[in-house]
Amino acid sequence: MYKLYTFLKYSFVTLWTMFVVAPFLWALSTSFKDFQSVNSKVTYIPWIDYQPSLEGWKVLIKSPAKGGVDIVEPYFNSIFVTCTASIISIILGTLAAYALSRFTFKAGFVRNNDITFFFISQRIMPPIVLSIPFFIFLSTIGLLDSLIGLVVVYIVLLMPIAVWIMVDFFNRVPKELDETALIDGCNPYQAFYKVVLPNSIPGLIVAGMFCIIFGWIDFFFAFILTFTEVQLLPVKVVALNSSVTPWWSLSASALVSVAPLIIVAFIVERYLSKGNLSGALK
Amino acid sequence: MNFKHKFVFLFPGLFVLIGILIFPIIFTIRLSFSGWNSYTPEMNFIGITNYIRLFTDDPRFWESFFRLSFLSVTTVVLQYIIGFSLALMVWRDIKFKRFFRVMFLIPMMTTPVIMTVIWRTFFHESLGPVNDLLGTFGIGPKWLSDPATAKITVIIVEVWQWTPFMFLLLLAGLLSLPKEPFLAAAIDGASAFRKFVFVTFPLMAPISIGAIIIRLIEASKIMDTVFVLTSGGPGTATETSSFYIYIKGLREFQMGYAATLSFTYLVIMIISLTIIAKVLTKLMIKE
Repeated sequence: MYKLYTFLKYSFVTLWTMFVVAPFLWALSTSFKDFQSVNSKVTYIPWIDYQPSLEGWKVLIKSPAKGGVDIVEPYFNSIFVTCTASIISIILGTLAAYALSRFTFKAGFVRNNDITFFFISQRIMPPIVLSIPFFIFLSTIGLLDSLIGLVVVYIVLLMPIAVWIMVDFFNRVPKELDETALIDGCNPYQAFYKVVLPNSIPGLIVAGMFCIIFGWIDFFFAFILTFTEVQLLPVKVVALNSSVTPWWSLSASALVSVAPLIIVAFIVERYLSKGNLSGALK
Repeated sequence: MNFKHKFVFLFPGLFVLIGILIFPIIFTIRLSFSGWNSYTPEMNFIGITNYIRLFTDDPRFWESFFRLSFLSVTTVVLQYIIGFSLALMVWRDIKFKRFFRVMFLIPMMTTPVIMTVIWRTFFHESLGPVNDLLGTFGIGPKWLSDPATAKITVIIVEVWQWTPFMFLLLLAGLLSLPKEPFLAAAIDGASAFRKFVFVTFPLMAPISIGAIIIRLIEASKIMDTVFVLTSGGPGTATETSSFYIYIKGLREFQMGYAATLSFTYLVIMIISLTIIAKVLTKLMIKE
């Protein structure tokens, strides 16, 4: 009985792992193909099934004028928008989360929990609902197709995540910590900055990772609110998809685009195994 | 503690969020009473004409809404079952525990649209590996061009993409469970199955509800995958509400009507998610 269970367990996790890696392996294999090996019949293993070529990877760094796809600029745009919006969201979100965790707010029927819910509930907002007014709004003030416009929109996407994770985290940081600091003569800001914050680094890292993930993977707002001046990575790759770009450079650019965040999976796992995530994600 | 300090902490975030959101929401509501389209791009007032049109003369929106409900509920249920199984399996004693955990997390770190670009080649009906392998058994489903199969393809891709998030929330929950109930069960000699039914599952109920609701919220926004994978097609077989609003608003430029759709959609979303949250809480936490 126990042996059967172990066998099933290992088969299941192995199968799922294969399912997880299958599209990556396929893309990796495709990225080294040429016209012949994509279009004649389905091929898998380089050197055995087909002769690998580096063409798919070479075009990534060529400028469009020379027949390349140039994903370098979108890459930096994506990094800039994701990081800026994440940092702003984390700063504002952490401050708000600290207030919601430590002080009592009362305004009519509104209590702390309602304010927290207000922050988090912004995730319910379907992107399409915001995109039409943002489209008109940003075009009125001339920020359509600009990085700043995108950063503003991304703050709405990311701040709820920061508040969600940090409120839970601060709730688990003992209150005595700030109280001791206050008795020792700190004002509330010093207590927060010098005592609470250094003790919240794991929470900040988790919140930061989630902001970066959800900023990096967003496509819709970037797609609606930018056109030619500024292109983010997902928009660029999807644009390649609809044009006549061959599969090999499509696969290569897709792999390059998703690669950096895979490192985040390792960091998340590390925090998970150390037990730091448990409380932060409840 | 001091009265005014708390506002210094709270207000920057709160006001930035309200400041960014208040305009779009008011604007959407106002826009929904106008006939803004590509012929008359102006904020006129046409009363509730748009709403009448939506409730009496637009089956396509309601179909897209039911399709969205079907897709999001199916994917979330699958994600919950698979995610919970995976989390239980790598919770304690298994070899290569950390390797499997990393593997199971990877898909959620990848950009859905970009992975969908790869999935499109993966499910390609004549040049993709899936049909090539299935071809040896003599079958070749039309993954993207048949209405029923296209839905399955969307579900497969969504499950691949977002099961990791469910897995992460549930595994983090499992790892934070107190040890005592398990010790007690072990002393009583409970079987693995009974341990799960009477100890693990009840302890995990609040976390499960949280995870399911978070995933439902995110799944209700399914759009990226559909956009790249099938563009809502074939026909309207995989068109979700967001995608339909997108077509009306930003392709046909019927801004006024799209705003009506958006606002109605948002209200329905808030109401139904609140009800689902309440019902789930009742169902899963007894006593």
